[in-house]
Amino acid sequence: MDRVAIIGASMTQFGDRDAWIRELLAEAGDSALRDAGVDGSDLDHLYVSNMASGEFEGQTGVPNALAHDLNAVPAYTARIDQTSSSGGAGIFAAWQSVASGASEMTMLVGGEKMTHRTTGEATDVIASLTHPVEYKHGVTLPSFAGMTARKYLDEYDAPRESLGKVAVKNHKNGLDNPHAQFRKEVDLDTVLDSPIVADPLRLYDFCPITDGSAALVFCPESVAREYTDDYVVVSGVGGATDTHVVHERDDPTTMGGVVESSQIAYEMADRGPEDIDVAELHDMFTILEFLQSEDLGFFEKGEGWKAVEEGVTDRDGDLPINTSGGLKSKGHPLGASGVAQAYELYQQLLGDAGARQVDAEVGLACNVGGFGNCVSTTILEQP
Amino acid sequence: MTLDAYRCENGHVTYPGHTRCPDCGEPQTDTVDLSEETGEVVTWTTSTATPPGVREPNHLAIVEFEVSESHSDGSSDSSAGVDGETVRALGQLTTADGVEIGDEVEPVYVEELREPGAGIREPESQEWDGYRFEPV
Ligand SMILES: [Zn+2]
Repeated sequence: MDRVAIIGASMTQFGDRDAWIRELLAEAGDSALRDAGVDGSDLDHLYVSNMASGEFEGQTGVPNALAHDLNAVPAYTARIDQTSSSGGAGIFAAWQSVASGASEMTMLVGGEKMTHRTTGEATDVIASLTHPVEYKHGVTLPSFAGMTARKYLDEYDAPRESLGKVAVKNHKNGLDNPHAQFRKEVDLDTVLDSPIVADPLRLYDFCPITDGSAALVFCPESVAREYTDDYVVVSGVGGATDTHVVHERDDPTTMGGVVESSQIAYEMADRGPEDIDVAELHDMFTILEFLQSEDLGFFEKGEGWKAVEEGVTDRDGDLPINTSGGLKSKGHPLGASGVAQAYELYQQLLGDAGARQVDAEVGLACNVGGFGNCVSTTILEQP
Repeated sequence: MTLDAYRCENGHVTYPGHTRCPDCGEPQTDTVDLSEETGEVVTWTTSTATPPGVREPNHLAIVEFEVSESHSDGSSDSSAGVDGETVRALGQLTTADGVEIGDEVEPVYVEELREPGAGIREPESQEWDGYRFEPV
């Protein structure tokens, strides 16, 4: 079978941007087309990963706008919304479009414009994904993180400091990422002394609110070779859900969608957790890096925190996690994040990651929507 | 007022209800009122960054209730309850002072848990009253 390749990728500067959603998407899309050496008119399919451009900005129909702005008309377009995991879901859609034979050239552009809203408003847009019985209590995604972190620390006897070390590690990685929102090292004391946001989690346990966009260009591997020798292959991709109502899960410290989606991706790629050389995880909150690193099978349940303590997940460790700086320091423009995770893996696998470069042939990205409600796991490899 | 959990004919209980039971897929035909019950704190948090219309700080907990046969809503069918079945609910805490995992709490009715219309959700689309959890 002709495998699905990624022949071009880009991300914009993440952070507090003046550009609005249409401009952000066009910026990333234009760059990815240039990187791939593909014209907009060559695209059969164009997908946009975005959660809430209507709610944030009053701009809907962005895929069609993007197709027009990038000279891609009459390409088929669709918006992929899966909240925070829209990017990963977009990778799934783009992969399907090529693997099915429906498209010979597909671009995925993920983006979100958020910083013009207050923190409370942006938090509310995101919290609007919750069930009415959750929403009426004023629950936010950070509140779920606080409750889960308390349960995790209690259940597995993990020290509070271990969560802080995730933030320290990812900020250190972000220092070398020119596109990251924060390029600033933080020490453990700064994390542990920062203001409480959702007890026991503090400000530095959370990713920021961010504007940004990222893009990937997909085609069959046979077509990829006509364009370049520098491409990566999507060897596995899986998506799954967990309960909508978060408190209905049997084990609050396990994300079923991570377990299920990764099993699908591992099986498709004929790989296991031991084969992964580098991973981008959805560290919207520090606790999520522990949960995913366990639910992906990298570490035993309740042991993920030890890996961080022992430096296993550092850039020079056995399994570097979030070499990009993660959502934590790179920023989290909702629809862009899953696409930007793959952009980091693309750079790592092609040897283009500069100061962040690690030795990797196989990479995994795990993109989480809601509080684990929807998850996509993608495995990328050198050809 | 009641704090209704929902039960299918196989005795699985959920809060809130669903069109089909998440465990077995059967319709949920029965309700179980938790408002007079005592529950146990599974975990909790105090949120200091709250959305528009929400009290600040906002104390929240996930609470677990045991559901025994005697709480069945008028049903005398012995197959209607699964022994040791539990159900969880998320809700605001009246206070987080001294609260720890495993503590007992009881539901206390509140007419308006957050200000309808201040946030993004359409006020008419859902209810805004409900129960906070008070440490016993
Ligand atoms: Zn059932």
